[in-house]
Amino acid sequence: MTLNELATRLELKVFTSGIPPDRPVQGGYASDLLSDVIGHARKDDLWVTLQVHPNIVAVAVLKELAGIVLVGGRVPAEETLAQAVREKVPVLGTGLTTFELAGRLYGMGLRGG
Amino acid sequence: MELRRLRADLHIHTCLSPCGELAMSPRAVVEGARAARLDLIAVTDHNTMENAAAVIAAARGTGLAVLPGIELTTVEEVHILGLFDAEADVRPFQEEVFRNLPDIPAKRKYVDDQVLVDAEDYVTGFSPRCLFGATLLSVHEAVGLIHAHGGLAIASHIDRESFSVVSQLGFIPEGLGLEAVELSPHADIAGAREAYGIAPDLAVVRFSDAHKPDEIGAAPTDFLVAAPTLAEIRLALAGEAGRKAFSS
Repeated sequence: MTLNELATRLELKVFTSGIPPDRPVQGGYASDLLSDVIGHARKDDLWVTLQVHPNIVAVAVLKELAGIVLVGGRVPAEETLAQAVREKVPVLGTGLTTFELAGRLYGMGLRGG
Repeated sequence: MELRRLRADLHIHTCLSPCGELAMSPRAVVEGARAARLDLIAVTDHNTMENAAAVIAAARGTGLAVLPGIELTTVEEVHILGLFDAEADVRPFQEEVFRNLPDIPAKRKYVDDQVLVDAEDYVTGFSPRCLFGATLLSVHEAVGLIHAHGGLAIASHIDRESFSVVSQLGFIPEGLGLEAVELSPHADIAGAREAYGIAPDLAVVRFSDAHKPDEIGAAPTDFLVAAPTLAEIRLALAGEAGRKAFSS
């Protein structure tokens, strides 16, 4: 599944409009502790979080994640968005909570580690 | 000016912190600090400085110096210590913190654990706020607010698996402008710089984070300074004018 398909089906908002969202998504990871994401997320995971600090971009780059979805209607901090565009990390958003979004992603076939 | 080596524990909670024991009254904190042979302490309750003046007053005449401080919870749930001059008017800073603390009333049983006291240990009230909650301030805004009010900003217990800048944000963000980072009493100081990616020019200190009287002074940091003041601690953390910080 590509990020684009997921974004369309779940009506995700795309904050990084300049980045083509055709990346393959292999699985998912949900966590708000960045140290935990560094330790346990896998390459090409879609990361679900409520953190909006610029460090989320660095973590996504480090772990080669497929993208980041911010939950609960959160928007990326200005510097976060700038870094995401610079590093070509797709950042998306939803009004859903982490629990709801993770459930829907699971229902669409994505799995955690 | 003659420099002296002063022993400091700049991260101590009082009975106002919901997690601080009722026994952490101003007099008990002062007694505990003196028993631990400390020269300087800071009162750092969660998101509030309302008991600091009482501890400062309780220490008067004892030879113990007390700085008013705070342990801010940022929106990312990172704990940041703010330390201020003993003479500073901290009310504008406190008001700004309260403005950024969501107005969620604490449950009755937690209110009972948030005890406001005077210098003689008399209970003067209870804080109705949810003091342990996160403020709306980002780490950058929290450090900026502390600096704007003349304070020093130190990231709390960065080795811990919760409420630390490293646990919450993965690593210490560049350009955050901290004066120091704090390690927990049991952390390995020798390996800390590498383990937590601490920049070579960023001071490392160790304090107790005491919530009970017998924890006070558990992990002091010594400062080679001319006086137990915020200005001198600032110089020591920056390694300027011959001032130094030594974490044992």
